[in-house]
Amino acid sequence: MAISPPRERLWWKQPIHRVELIWILVAFLWGIVMFGMMVYWHAFGKHNLSNETYKVAPNEYYAKTEAMVSKYTVREEKGIPVVHPPPGSDVYLMARVWAWYPSLEFEQGQTYRLHLSSIDLQHGFSLQPMNINIQVHPGYEHVLTVTADQAREYSIICNEFCGFGHHTMVGKLYVVAK
Amino acid sequence: MATAAETFRICPTTGLKIHLSAQTLIKANAVAAVVFLLFGGLLGLSVALTRWPAVHILPANWFYLALTAHGFNVLLCWIIFFEVAILYFASAVLLNSRLAAPRAAWVAFALMVIGAVMTNVVVLQGDSSVMFTSYPPLRAQPGFYLGLILFAVGALTAVGCFFGTLVIAKEEKTYEGSVPLVTFGAITAAIIAVFTLASGAIILIPTFLWSVGLVSNIDPLMYKLVWWAMGHSSQQINVSAHVAVWYAIAAMTLGAKPISEKVSRTAFLLYILFLQLASAHHLLVEPGLSSEWKVFNTSYAMYLAVLGSMIHGMTVPGAVETAQRERGYTKGLFEWLRKAPWGNPAFAGFFLSLVLFGFLGGISGVVMGTEQINLLMHNTLYAPGHFHATVVAGTTLAFMAITYLVVPLIFQKEIMFPRMAQWQPYIFAIGIAGISVFMMGAGTLGVPRRHWDITFSDALLHYDYPPAAYLMLALNGLSAIAAALGGAMYIINVVASVSFGKSVKGAVRQAQPATPLPAAVVGQYGSVAHVRIPGTVVLVTVFLVSFVLYYFVNWKYLSEVWPMR
Repeated sequence: MAISPPRERLWWKQPIHRVELIWILVAFLWGIVMFGMMVYWHAFGKHNLSNETYKVAPNEYYAKTEAMVSKYTVREEKGIPVVHPPPGSDVYLMARVWAWYPSLEFEQGQTYRLHLSSIDLQHGFSLQPMNINIQVHPGYEHVLTVTADQAREYSIICNEFCGFGHHTMVGKLYVVAK
Repeated sequence: MATAAETFRICPTTGLKIHLSAQTLIKANAVAAVVFLLFGGLLGLSVALTRWPAVHILPANWFYLALTAHGFNVLLCWIIFFEVAILYFASAVLLNSRLAAPRAAWVAFALMVIGAVMTNVVVLQGDSSVMFTSYPPLRAQPGFYLGLILFAVGALTAVGCFFGTLVIAKEEKTYEGSVPLVTFGAITAAIIAVFTLASGAIILIPTFLWSVGLVSNIDPLMYKLVWWAMGHSSQQINVSAHVAVWYAIAAMTLGAKPISEKVSRTAFLLYILFLQLASAHHLLVEPGLSSEWKVFNTSYAMYLAVLGSMIHGMTVPGAVETAQRERGYTKGLFEWLRKAPWGNPAFAGFFLSLVLFGFLGGISGVVMGTEQINLLMHNTLYAPGHFHATVVAGTTLAFMAITYLVVPLIFQKEIMFPRMAQWQPYIFAIGIAGISVFMMGAGTLGVPRRHWDITFSDALLHYDYPPAAYLMLALNGLSAIAAALGGAMYIINVVASVSFGKSVKGAVRQAQPATPLPAAVVGQYGSVAHVRIPGTVVLVTVFLVSFVLYYFVNWKYLSEVWPMR
């Protein structure tokens, strides 16, 4: 039994049953397929998380965000500026307790370099209802190249716990038809 | 050397020689485990009821406090105390040996209790609601980290006593040949525990120093990398321990033997050798790490640790099927399963744990741990949905199941309410399966984890989740009530039996197969001639097909989001 020492002293010399061998082989090959899928998707898939990251001091990131806000703000909503940057440009989204700053407006079908960073704690960028989720760290500036392919209103939820006001941290991203 | 003062008793059921010091330590650790399960379980219920928007019982700060304490008490305290009990059982009891350094084992116990109480007290004070993961720059009070460190040092000491016992048993020749498979599984768990607890110390000590002001900065990315070497690897301890428990229960209730010692032991070995750099699964959508690093470390190119679990997924039910067929249940594909002792809570709990762990926990874990697919799930409720299937439906249910054997064998008390024990695994399993499925469902709809209010009633800007998300959270709340009921049935029964139960005289009935195996086949295993497991082949085929379908469905979902690079 499994709770007593093996009856056969030389258990490692016992043959393995064919059914077990086949299952091990099938499971092993499935593992290789799953590994292959991740590599394949990097080569041929269109949805891979960017590796472009820079170290950044929180005050530097704050300054870059403010520069963009002062240049491209088109309106305000509940005191939060909505920024409409030109397609293809660098867009800075700043996370802090407990807001995403500023709100963004993209043009449908256009590609943007979206920068993510935090100036205080860790936050979680969760774009709804699309459900893309990316961790946001203070001190690291993550640059994604995204193409907004559907015109509608998106919300950015924070999905990393960031203190007692965490559940109030909601931002907006609008995609407008051109 | 064993001295005359070392006292033993002979177990009338198994004939094993039980060291009384080891027995007392097993009792102490098991009792502590159950106390923390009670506390942590109640916190979990309050969390689930708060997530249910129509009920929403806790205010925000209490919710985050309860969630922090829930994770700590059940994931760390309940499970590790119980695992220490399993380590002592798998070494001293199964090997007929005395326990090494019982005094050190008591020091370990004391350190773990002090650490657990300290962290709990600090969390309950209210200004250390940093979640179990305590990601910096979020900062807890120093006592939070200090309690964790003391707990880890205690657990490491207990692991040391386990290894010492193995050495003593070998030297004093208390067993012949190789250690039993269950002990082998426990050794796997203990080796992984050393790596895990060391990682915990490496990250928590500087974080403690940071919290008292002696270190100026903890890099949040570095913290996560090292912290998860503890956080995720420790789940591999649980897997090793509960797989060992599966083999133990199958052996004790049915006389089941592994089909092949070689295959089962190799599968355990795979856990140690290919315990992926487990942090990688938690850092898949993190900045600053390359895709190559993520892809390689999440799989080591071959998924060999997953292979280990898939092997056990066949060999454990295969061992049950073999034992049942030898007993004469040979009709059709599944007579062996239909005629299994479903009324024995140890067996029922074990088999439910096996099925739920594989289908819910295993598949969702590998899918979520795929680099690109993680974008759809990271930090959503999908993550807790997954790990409730592994840690609760898998580990906790298996530990509950073996308790029904531990109480008569080690505590030498009869189970006080046998009918309640019969129903308990089913109720708990239904509840926990619901929790897992509905949290995963809500996560698929984008509902975040660790979030007090998805109606965003206090927020400046709003987002309306689809009605299905609300339904999922309501069903999650109902499932949590069922699971809490199952948990209460377990705790009440165990506490009552241990405190007021009738003492066991003679052999224990639950721990013995209803029909004994024919004498001729006992002891013959690993022999090709005797293995016929068509039912198990069907089960694992269904498993693989579900796995493949679910895996590719998620790639399909991924292909529908915004193009990004």
